[in-house]
Amino acid sequence: MEHNKSKATDCLETISLKGLTLAPSQVLGGVRLVPVLRKQLREDLRLTKRPYYEDIAAVQIDNKTAYYSYIPHAFIADWSDDGSPAVAYGTQIRSNKSTKTSDGKAHDLGFMTARVMKKMRARENRNRLRFLPMDVSLEGFLSLHFGGPQIIWEEYSREAIRDGLSPRCETSIPGRWLKGLEDALRVFEIHTNQVGSLVFVGDALASAFIVPHPDDYRALHETLLTDEYGELLYFYGLYAEENRLHPDAIDARNVQSLKDLRNEVARVRSDWSKLHSLMSNNLLGCPVRNEMVYRMGPFHLQRFMTELNPKAENHIGEAIVRKNGTLEYLKSYRLSAAQCRRAYLLMQLADSNWSLDACAEKLACAKNELIYRLEKAGFGHLFHRHVLDQVHSEIRKGK
Amino acid sequence: MTDGKFQSTSTEREQLREQCEREDLVMFINACFAATRQNEFYTDQYRMSVSIEFLHQYVLINYRLLYSRTLAAGINHFNQLQIIFNLLQAGAPADLKQRTEEGALIAVALHGLPANRVYALFARLQKNRVNNRRTRAVIKAYLNWRRDPEFDAIKYRNKYRAAATHVHSRLNEEVGRFLFDRSNQKPYTMPLLNQYRQAQYSAAAIYELPFTVAESLAQKHKVPRDVFLNKIEPKMTATEKLRFQATAARTKGAQIEFDLSRAGLTKLALYILSLKQSERVQRADELQAALESAAEKTLTRAPLSLGRVATILDRSRSAAGSREKRNRPLAVSLAASYLLRSAATEYRAFWTPAWEDQSFEILTHAAGQTALAEPLLDALEWQPDLIVIVSDGYENDPPQLVDQVACVYRNAIGKAETPEIVHMNPVFDADHYAPRRLGATIPTVGLRDAEDIPTMLGFAKFTAGAATLDELEEYLAFRVNRMLHSDGT
Repeated sequence: MEHNKSKATDCLETISLKGLTLAPSQVLGGVRLVPVLRKQLREDLRLTKRPYYEDIAAVQIDNKTAYYSYIPHAFIADWSDDGSPAVAYGTQIRSNKSTKTSDGKAHDLGFMTARVMKKMRARENRNRLRFLPMDVSLEGFLSLHFGGPQIIWEEYSREAIRDGLSPRCETSIPGRWLKGLEDALRVFEIHTNQVGSLVFVGDALASAFIVPHPDDYRALHETLLTDEYGELLYFYGLYAEENRLHPDAIDARNVQSLKDLRNEVARVRSDWSKLHSLMSNNLLGCPVRNEMVYRMGPFHLQRFMTELNPKAENHIGEAIVRKNGTLEYLKSYRLSAAQCRRAYLLMQLADSNWSLDACAEKLACAKNELIYRLEKAGFGHLFHRHVLDQVHSEIRKGK
Repeated sequence: MTDGKFQSTSTEREQLREQCEREDLVMFINACFAATRQNEFYTDQYRMSVSIEFLHQYVLINYRLLYSRTLAAGINHFNQLQIIFNLLQAGAPADLKQRTEEGALIAVALHGLPANRVYALFARLQKNRVNNRRTRAVIKAYLNWRRDPEFDAIKYRNKYRAAATHVHSRLNEEVGRFLFDRSNQKPYTMPLLNQYRQAQYSAAAIYELPFTVAESLAQKHKVPRDVFLNKIEPKMTATEKLRFQATAARTKGAQIEFDLSRAGLTKLALYILSLKQSERVQRADELQAALESAAEKTLTRAPLSLGRVATILDRSRSAAGSREKRNRPLAVSLAASYLLRSAATEYRAFWTPAWEDQSFEILTHAAGQTALAEPLLDALEWQPDLIVIVSDGYENDPPQLVDQVACVYRNAIGKAETPEIVHMNPVFDADHYAPRRLGATIPTVGLRDAEDIPTMLGFAKFTAGAATLDELEEYLAFRVNRMLHSDGT
């Protein structure tokens, strides 16, 4: 992973829960939800959703590129520049005709409905931004080296030179398909000052979702169900069983008075918090590659990706960060193993200037094997047919 | 196998057997206090019914005598009916003494149950083709015991007819004609039946009929809602009046007078929780006075006097119950608070999670997590004689800590002066065939209504595991005796 370190030194950051605490989890079946509480509430950033009801949405990114996805809703961020309380979109009492209630155009195609939008992120007002949650980070993930080979090595096909990786697609699983998630969200008891939750499926971190204000969270709690999850978690959900955590019990030897008992109870609480941060240490406190997406007054919308290590958990996500580094909004997506492998190979390839020989040397494998791996990962269309055929025959012969 | 070794294992087996029986029975009786075949916050109706019906079958087959005696333990209506149904379905036992006792218990229990539930049971017996001699005798005896057969025939028409056909009972001539020969236009001599016949044609005649029957006829005659509600008011039962308070408030011009303190304590709490917060604030004094007087009335019926009492009342989100039992656990908490306040010399309530303005308990609402450890510490600091925890047992912030706190306090701090801690659970947990427990240190009892708290405090010693099987049998026998020889309450 030398590439990451060298390139990303200036924007290397970690996702840290500054000002946030993790409360003990609530488990139902294989799904564990960890409440995230905010100690100090600032009301100058509010988040709400604007639902879309179409089967698919198309968003124009530039003249040649479009992004297609199922998008259940957009998020509307309202903020104030001077720290005074902002009002969440749609909660104002006065009706305002100039307030937008929809984006783009909805089309009924008969067999399906579609929405066509011009922008991924649209400033609707001086202090209001509409953006598409999850799609901010997925767009970043999909557009990774989207342009294709920059140097025309002889192995690459003409399509690869002309169109790059297009069309680049990834599949994900809707939250409804995750076994037990719906029930777990229904019976979850939302804390009074809860601003987010970490979703674990089979005790693997599936998603982290944090918003600026408890009221926003209460309204957006159920959007965890319409979110997308990696296909790996679908299988985890199928086989997961209820798992109880047992942090150290109260130690009777330390207790002489009621005050000691109180301290011990507080200690158990902090143990829970530590335990949960330990369980999510592949996202929290991990070095990530950051990319600024949008500046909104004192807040920055950015997307991030953990260091792509094919042997470990990898997350992509988006965050709104206050200037002082406080996390105001976070949404993460756990990459499935195949997705992670694809991104990893692409990055290694791009890092060696798309030279297959150099890349194979770097990964300590033969060139044939590298091409074979790329093909298996779904990038077969990058290479000339005869190159692939030769690789196949040589692998068959056992070279 | 005649050496000493066999002897010792034999007593061991006896002990195990005793323990197993005791635990089974305590579990069953405990479940019978709380379980209904309804949706709960955490479990759905299907799992509920599978669980509770299995439990009934298990106890019926293994401990038949005690199964029938459970009828006298003060369990809820649903389980009483379930027991009666199962006993009737299983047929009478051969032993004469047991048979007589069962028969008497069934009869007394039926008299104590609301009529609509009893008729529903009869209809269910018919549907399940349970028609042995004993069933016929039980139904006949009940029908004869009812004072106004014509009233029942009108109000519970279909079920009454089902019961009558099922047992081939000989009915009063006019009631028979009313139920089975509707097309006959001959007038009746019984005034109520005549009234019903007239009410089919005249809107003025509907106001002598029971409310539920009159309501559909009013629809037929297109009587305006406010006129109907005002005129039918004298015919409404107390429960109906309470239930229609909100409807009357919605309907312009209608008003249903009702003295709130006449309602049962838990019913009243449910009504209060159904009101909006703003209305509760406006009527705070009235509502509180009603709750207090309802609590007093409950205590005159079942006296209870306690010393220094602290309660930990769970108002987490799961206290909102389900669609069928909206706010039920929360209402039980609220009612329990008022009841124990009246019964105790000194009282403090610790709601969890706490909310800012606690000046009025009636403003409570279900939201937030279930944290019981800290409130228990607060309660222990106050040094009461008795701590009552009313919660559905799903402690999640953090899980299983309250039991540790209670245990460590008992062993390390309180020693012999530790207050008694009782957990009362209004929710049945289908997976464990019992109300969910908080842990081994805290005995858990099921609780249907707050009115049952005096009984439950007596029963708590059995769930704590301190009492033997003999004592439990004695307790049940005592309750049976009291039930059979008291006059019809």
